[in-house]
Amino acid sequence: MSSMEHTQTATNAEQQLPIRYAPTAVTDDAAEAGPRRILVLGATSGIAEATCRLWAARGDHLFLVARNADRLHVVAADMRVRGAGYVDTAVADLDDTTKHAELLAHAVNSLAGLDLVFVALGVLGDARESERDFAEANRILQTNFVSVVSLLTWLGNYCAQRHHGTLAVLSSVAGDRGRKSNYVYGSSKAGLSAFVAGLRNRIDREGVRVITIKPGPVKTAMTAGMDIKSGMADVDDVAATLVKVIDKGSDVVYVPGKWRIIMAIIRAVPEFLFKKLNL
Amino acid sequence: MPMDPETAPVRPPFESWGRYPSYDATLKPLYWQGDFPGALAGAHSGALPVGMGRSYGDVCLLKEGTLLPTTAMNRLLDFNAETGLLTAEAGITLAQILDFAVPRGYFLPVTPGTKYVTLGGAIANDVHGKNHDVAGSFGNHVPCFELVRSDGTRMLCSQKENPDWFAATIGGMGLTGLITWAQLRLQPIVSRMIDYQGIQFHGIDEFLDLKKQYEQVAYTVSWVDCVSTGKNFARGIFMLGDHSKVPAQLTTTPKPKLVFPFNAPGFALNRASVSLFNTFFFHKQMKPHVSTLQDYEPFFYPLDKVLHWNRMYGKRGLLQFQYAIPWEHAKEGTEAILKEIAKSGLASFLAVLKTFGDIPSLGMMSFPQAGIMFALDFPIKPNISFPLMQRLGDMTLEFGGRLYPAKDACMTAPQFQAFYPKWQQFTRYKDPALTSSFWERVTASEGAAR
Ligand SMILES: Cc1cc2nc3c(=O)[nH]c(=O)nc-3n(C[C@H](O)[C@H](O)[C@H](O)COP(=O)(O)OP(=O)(O)OC[C@H]3O[C@@H](n4cnc5c(N)ncnc54)[C@H](O)[C@@H]3O)c2cc1C
Repeated sequence: MSSMEHTQTATNAEQQLPIRYAPTAVTDDAAEAGPRRILVLGATSGIAEATCRLWAARGDHLFLVARNADRLHVVAADMRVRGAGYVDTAVADLDDTTKHAELLAHAVNSLAGLDLVFVALGVLGDARESERDFAEANRILQTNFVSVVSLLTWLGNYCAQRHHGTLAVLSSVAGDRGRKSNYVYGSSKAGLSAFVAGLRNRIDREGVRVITIKPGPVKTAMTAGMDIKSGMADVDDVAATLVKVIDKGSDVVYVPGKWRIIMAIIRAVPEFLFKKLNL
Repeated sequence: MPMDPETAPVRPPFESWGRYPSYDATLKPLYWQGDFPGALAGAHSGALPVGMGRSYGDVCLLKEGTLLPTTAMNRLLDFNAETGLLTAEAGITLAQILDFAVPRGYFLPVTPGTKYVTLGGAIANDVHGKNHDVAGSFGNHVPCFELVRSDGTRMLCSQKENPDWFAATIGGMGLTGLITWAQLRLQPIVSRMIDYQGIQFHGIDEFLDLKKQYEQVAYTVSWVDCVSTGKNFARGIFMLGDHSKVPAQLTTTPKPKLVFPFNAPGFALNRASVSLFNTFFFHKQMKPHVSTLQDYEPFFYPLDKVLHWNRMYGKRGLLQFQYAIPWEHAKEGTEAILKEIAKSGLASFLAVLKTFGDIPSLGMMSFPQAGIMFALDFPIKPNISFPLMQRLGDMTLEFGGRLYPAKDACMTAPQFQAFYPKWQQFTRYKDPALTSSFWERVTASEGAAR
């Protein structure tokens, strides 16, 4: 891929600069430990893109995977310009699980190892359609659950064998309780949350951090058509939180944090009452 | 928690900075360069790309139409650290560009008085800054951009390629198509700091003398007291600055935390309070001449510290009046207009006086032209404000000047057509799917062909 060359020219150019134009150093601890090798699955999702910008700014190495080539292309360009130490990409439809092993091996090879994986693929789907037509429900489950299980199986084993790495997986508060308004999406995320919890339980002792991320509604392309009265979270704020918690290696993260409390309350409502509510 | 994607269009408020006029529109945000022209599907009453809505009037509004906010299209596409040539998507804000560029030793070539505008919006209004005399307007620093038309045509525009589309789009008020990305030539800096000087003056003559005396300084702007009469008539402070040549900090600016919290009641801004403010402001600078090192933020963006300061004008909003009058009539025109304003009893906090140099704008419809530029904000008092704006517009025309569409909510079709005689030529480049409330207004009457 030409991305390698691109990165190298940028580095050389910076080195030739007179010292006063040198970029100011990023000073947080994680960056001082040297660049990390990060694989991002679903790199053109709003949350992934915003988070990658912060990683890029501290010089991390990125391997970006997404379905749409044009979008992936501009996201990769953005990361290079922002300072990523290395950027490589692969266009892939991750619904096709038969290609996963090859793709992941290629990514690991390109990055020369793996420190962090951000699993950000997912679709909201059409909730009404998914009630009527299993094809739509299946599509949602395939992308949000089945595909991610396939990816995490490979990645979990890879990291466990090496006793190294962090897997950060984007689930959703919608998985905390099934609601009439989007239970197919919700159940795909519920299944995912359960899977990730089990994986953590299995490989944490191998020295692999597994993080479940549960965002509330965030202002991105995915939520563009939504009419939500209470303000949606700003994607840049969410990204800043994610960079911090992923560095820290937490287990289950709600972003913004208030959703931990909201969901605790929603989970506590007894079912006989819950089924009467319009959520 | 994710809820249903609504099939109905979203209608969150989209206001321009002046908060007048106010119209309903459907919002269809663009996230990717390829989203246009597909986003036009169903846009029956026309559409218009919009940036941060930092224009004051209705160039960025479309009554009952479809607005296409571009701010999610904010990616950096290329940067040459040696030449300072930056390529970015058009929805990126100047604030975001500064966050990227300043730590790398670069600054915007030209900047308006707020950094919360998009690259696309800055091109579409061909904005000017305090350095117009030496740098021209924004478009002079844009080597090329991509323009996408509603029929799907994509054009690379520069002074060599599609030069007529280049000229029509710079200052083209979003009407020629969507600017998807653009190149911008940044200028090198070695410090965040500005070598600043503030000098008191009394009257337009003194102002012009100062201007001549400090010809070689990059950034100049003046605040004028437009309330006082008699011996204090047209007193003001001449503010000038250059990027400091002493290597120092090149860091990003922290996000502002101060938000103007509510709509001020209508009585808060009156002649008495403004007069008090002006006297305070004039004498805040204790000596007739001060000179100091100042951070670039307060120098370029004194008001950005307070997000939504436009709420200070209350729910009704504000009107801005901004003209450029050529040298020939610059002084008499400015004095006559200042007198007319003082006579009206309306008061303005923000009266800004500066000069435009003679570097020609590249845009067919660009506002800047050599001479004096004057801008002020008025609170809306229907019985006084609108007739006054009308009179001031006519006076501007008489003195051979023109008003700035980006700051306007009042100019009439005959005024506009006289200010911008190339408007008919411009209509050839207008995209049939795009229009704005401004455009409808200034081309509507007098049997003007559209
Ligand atoms: C406090 C303050 C100070 C200011 N100071 C100055 C100043 O010193 N000098 C000056 O010149 N102006 C000044 N302005 C005005 C401001 O710079 C301009 O109105 C600017 O164009 C606003 O940019 P925006 O991104 O908010 O665009 P909007 O106001 O949202 O839109 C402006 C125009 O750009 C078009 N547009 C936006 N994006 C695109 C795109 N991608 N493709 C095609 N068309 C597009 C829109 O259709 C519209 O016609 C000031 C405004 C404020 C609020």
